[in-house]
Amino acid sequence: MKRAIEFLKKRKDLQSILGFITKNSKVLDIGCGDGKLLSSLKQAKDIEAYGLEIKEESVAECVSKGLSVIQYDLNKGLPEYADNSFDFIILSQTLQQVARPDDAIKEVVRVGKKAIVSVPNFGFWKCRLNIFFKGRTPVTKALPYKWYNTPNLRVLTIKDFYDFCEESGVRVIKTMPLLSTKNGSEKVIKLFSNLRADYCVFIVEST
Amino acid sequence: MTSDSNINLQQGTFTFAESKGLVLQSGRQFGPVTVAYETYGELNKGKSNAILLLHALSGDAHAAGKYKDSDKKAGWWDLMVGPGKPFDTDKYFLICSNVLGGCSGTTGPTSISPDTNKPYAMSFPVITIEDMVKVQYELVKSFGIRTLHSIAGGSMGGMQALKWAQLYPDVVRSVIAVATTARLSPQAIAFNEVGRQAIISDKAWNKGDYYGNKETPDKGLSIARMLGHITYLSEEGMSKKFGRQLQNAEEYQYEFLTEFQVESYLHYQGQRFTERFDANSYIYLTKAIDYFNLADGYGSLQEAFRIVNSKFLVLSYTSDWLFPTYQSEEIVNALRKNNVNVSFCEIKADYGHDSFLLQNDLHEKLVSGFLENV
Repeated sequence: MKRAIEFLKKRKDLQSILGFITKNSKVLDIGCGDGKLLSSLKQAKDIEAYGLEIKEESVAECVSKGLSVIQYDLNKGLPEYADNSFDFIILSQTLQQVARPDDAIKEVVRVGKKAIVSVPNFGFWKCRLNIFFKGRTPVTKALPYKWYNTPNLRVLTIKDFYDFCEESGVRVIKTMPLLSTKNGSEKVIKLFSNLRADYCVFIVEST
Repeated sequence: MTSDSNINLQQGTFTFAESKGLVLQSGRQFGPVTVAYETYGELNKGKSNAILLLHALSGDAHAAGKYKDSDKKAGWWDLMVGPGKPFDTDKYFLICSNVLGGCSGTTGPTSISPDTNKPYAMSFPVITIEDMVKVQYELVKSFGIRTLHSIAGGSMGGMQALKWAQLYPDVVRSVIAVATTARLSPQAIAFNEVGRQAIISDKAWNKGDYYGNKETPDKGLSIARMLGHITYLSEEGMSKKFGRQLQNAEEYQYEFLTEFQVESYLHYQGQRFTERFDANSYIYLTKAIDYFNLADGYGSLQEAFRIVNSKFLVLSYTSDWLFPTYQSEEIVNALRKNNVNVSFCEIKADYGHDSFLLQNDLHEKLVSGFLENV
């Protein structure tokens, strides 16, 4: 429990997720990685926790934490899940990694009553400067990969996400732009967020 | 009694259904039933640390350890059972029994019928996976065990594990179902039928009445095993293991000899199988597998799992084409729809269906991590 709270304190994005998720709710974390967030939520909020993860080693990590996790590729959609079968879906740093984010987001808001989506912001000033002055694809804390080895198939900005939601029939309920700081924690960005935040958490639902 | 001190291997037999007989799924009453079993590790005071291991078609009660140091081979899941291994004999009490209809100590077609004083042979009743499970349940009860920490099995063993969860939801705390299916595919039934026909068309089979005869249906049984063995391997596994290598010569002999290594291997496996397995038993057990469909009588698999009350770990292997991954995913989806706590992983492995019996770090990590969190 202590470790779970420590972990959550460090991560502002996760804290906001924690604040948003109601007690005893049913949560599906898509792309749950090693299951840290899910097990923290389980302890802090007594949620009914389910995970989907593509990497087999990460699935094994989750199983060692006692989580219910299925090895799954989101690119296949979620045909086995009924409408509104989860209170919350978490899609943390995953949307930009699927082949068709438009199909994925529609599936996510169909299956979840609400979805918590986080994506890296390519509109961040460092990214812009990199392209503008250096003429090279940016490598930042939120986008730490080179163009040739990145799992991020898509690059988007916060503004792009708004347009995308409107076109996909998705309503944005809440936006939380964040900036990763040196000590590994995050700062909430209120002004000029598309320029100053390196990633962003959105709470969305179907319209 | 034999023992392997390291894992506290104990052998035993248990007999029940002497007067009334067990009512089989077919409706027939049958008894008495003797079960041959082995145990490893120690049952704790609260009798809460027991795990039942369920063997596949050609397996037996000997899951781990050796009877004597000079034994060539250890039990069939020795890689997984022992101190510090996923089925840790320092923590858990493991039970493994030979299935009903088998030929390694539990009542089956080779057993002597009390009515005729001769082996049952083909007068043995047709049995199902459910019947096997009911027999195992009696064995578990005989230890005074009320709940099982887990039950685990691969292939036909996995079918039994799923059936256990359905029949005794309050006994089974967790299920590990490996390289298995909720219903046998027509392709797998087809392979089984060819295997049975190989035995039946061997003249020495003699309608199953061959016990004590000079000629026994070894030819038929070995062909059945050779065919079965192909289905347990994979193309990449065979390519890695044998390639197109010749067994004894440098070049082709242009004769119908056993030339390729893969041929020689299959002949050897077929031959060895006849030394330890009974042809009638093979017929009965493959039939039990053919009949297996967990959804029978429920309308759907989701409905069939409605009453389960256990945590599940389902594992499949990339190169298993006998029980391919989609069949495991069917199990997983049906469980999730019932809000069951289920985890699933498809493990990368080259050696086909048999991969579950081979060394694999990820597989071990998944099983041990799962068992610790039951």
